[in-house]
Amino acid sequence: MNIHEYQGKEILRKYNVSVPKGQVAFSVEEAVQAAKGLGTAVTVVKAQIHAGGRGKAGGVKVARNLEEVQAYASEILGKCLVTHQTGPEGKVVKRLLIEEGCNIKKEYYIGMVLDRSTSRVVMMGSEEGGTEIEEVAEHTPEKIYKEIVDPVVGLQGFQARRLAFNINIPPELVGKAVKFMLGLYRVFVEKDCSIAEINPLVVTGDGDVMALDAKFNFDSNALYRHKDILAYRDLDEEDPKEIAASEYDLSYISLDGNIGCMVNGAGLAMATMDIIKHYGGDPANFLDVGGGATAQKVTEAFKIILSDQNVKGIFVNIFGGIMKCDIIAEGIIEATKQVGLALPLVVRLEGTNVELGKKMLNNSGLNIVTANSMADGAEKIVSLLNL
Amino acid sequence: MSILINKDTKVLVQGITGSVGLFHTQQMLEYGTKIVAGVTPGKGGTTIEGVPVFNTVVDAVKATGANVSIIYVPPAFAADAIMEAVEAELDLAICITEGIPVLDMVNVRRYMEGKKTRLIGPNCPGVITPEECKIGIMPGYIHRKGHVGVISRSGTLTYEAVHQLTNAGIGQSTAVGIGGDPVNGTNFIDVLKLFNEDEDTYAVIMIGEIGGTAEEEAAQWVKANMTKPVVGFIGGQTAPPGKRMGHAGAIISGGKGTAAEKIKIMNENGIKVAETPAVMGETLVSVLIEKGLLGKCITHK
Repeated sequence: MNIHEYQGKEILRKYNVSVPKGQVAFSVEEAVQAAKGLGTAVTVVKAQIHAGGRGKAGGVKVARNLEEVQAYASEILGKCLVTHQTGPEGKVVKRLLIEEGCNIKKEYYIGMVLDRSTSRVVMMGSEEGGTEIEEVAEHTPEKIYKEIVDPVVGLQGFQARRLAFNINIPPELVGKAVKFMLGLYRVFVEKDCSIAEINPLVVTGDGDVMALDAKFNFDSNALYRHKDILAYRDLDEEDPKEIAASEYDLSYISLDGNIGCMVNGAGLAMATMDIIKHYGGDPANFLDVGGGATAQKVTEAFKIILSDQNVKGIFVNIFGGIMKCDIIAEGIIEATKQVGLALPLVVRLEGTNVELGKKMLNNSGLNIVTANSMADGAEKIVSLLNL
Repeated sequence: MSILINKDTKVLVQGITGSVGLFHTQQMLEYGTKIVAGVTPGKGGTTIEGVPVFNTVVDAVKATGANVSIIYVPPAFAADAIMEAVEAELDLAICITEGIPVLDMVNVRRYMEGKKTRLIGPNCPGVITPEECKIGIMPGYIHRKGHVGVISRSGTLTYEAVHQLTNAGIGQSTAVGIGGDPVNGTNFIDVLKLFNEDEDTYAVIMIGEIGGTAEEEAAQWVKANMTKPVVGFIGGQTAPPGKRMGHAGAIISGGKGTAAEKIKIMNENGIKVAETPAVMGETLVSVLIEKGLLGKCITHK
């Protein structure tokens, strides 16, 4: 789960990690009020959306007075920002962060992620703050320093110090940088983050070390133990179809194509998208119904698939395994009737009682085409759409 | 012969009285797996499906000599269950549970350092040595005893591969699902090593997916060490970057972990990669013919 920058900064503040003073605003009036409250000479008006690249898209402005705050706030609120992370449709700005301006001397990068090869958390730092860390990693990997953390003792002072010296934090500020990193590590482990990225971390003219931006992503499997983080969820930032799917324990990701897919198992679901593409089709989604493809789940899955206007046909690929195919077939027939499905539907079933399942689908009187294998099914749905 | 488990394996089920644990215990017993004990805290002293239930893993091991555990415990308690199995010095712990917080698994992996137990999973279908022992949630009937090893990060895609092999008359020595999570107990290389040393395995099929670099590392290991042919498949060739495809580990991030990159490195290291998931079996057959191994791998009509 992603959260907004201002929410991330709220968390950092609770852990005594230094961030600029600031406040969230949902309207132009609130923005002006917030700027008044700050009372700083320079105020930054920042669009709050769950995507990077806001600055380049015109979502971050520096205001010299309250009139400018008002002007920028009205300009940015309600604007659709298109950045390299939003996709071409962009994201509408509904919240602003009004923040004190700060006298930046130099920008750095600090990030934490899980290192899959060591199965440990790693803190990374670079002197090349502000830019995309992927670019730094590609062009000048020697400028990224890493500290791998032993979970028994957590990030140690010597590691944070070494990282601070390696990225050339001014020696007199290393102490503050260490405190910053140790605090960030605590946030990461205590709140079950999967990504924590401070880009840029800045050293200011006043001799402070603070987070100018904060990007957090949380492990969705751990949210049950973090009600405070869950409260930060902003449904406006999520695909409504993906929200509906999560309510029924379906794993759904929308894509750009026109063939709706319903599959059991994540690996098979990905492979189904691949084979549709191989036969010249274009998948409209990834959808894993999980192990138990019951009539209710299949019905909900159909509804979600059909709420995508681009969908022109559906391919169901179920490797029943332990579940009996006749029961799955019953579920599909029931769901097809319930949603009044009019689009071409190709069903591939495999598992116990597969012949019985197919017979039931063929005799249902519904417009269901059965397939003998996943290749056969993919070919059939693609050719049905090309008629 | 086989790897990891065989007809003599004595299995204990952690979470045996839960609905999932009980259902699959019945399925495993039906397959002929020797289930000697179950563990559910608070239900010690009872029996279920004729299997004695204990309060702790240590009690169960002492009383029954169980050497492998299968874990069907809910995600919030699964890390604890794995550590309990490790502490009891079982040979193998297989964790089916999906949705364990990643940082819990980081702690589990640290706890396991220097200890005897091997962990398979979590978030996996389990391990099966056909016609001898099934420990997991896979449909037993699609498997046939034979000489091809199967390793996979995904459940139903493994069934798809096994089904294709069985339909082609090719039995399997052992099929291992290592799971779809970013932190797991056993990786491709660990299992490849075991297959390489197993006299009864003549070839291996390795099924990966987007995310991480485990397939790339495995491919390099294969080139340097493997004496048997390996074919592969990578799921997620059409997955867009930054979107998590169901499995916690299946995500292309920072330009890393794409299917194209994995396939390229696998090909460079002598692993033939199936173009579509429908031809995993055919691809293996073509390599077996090339190596003159097809006759030895055909086990049934």
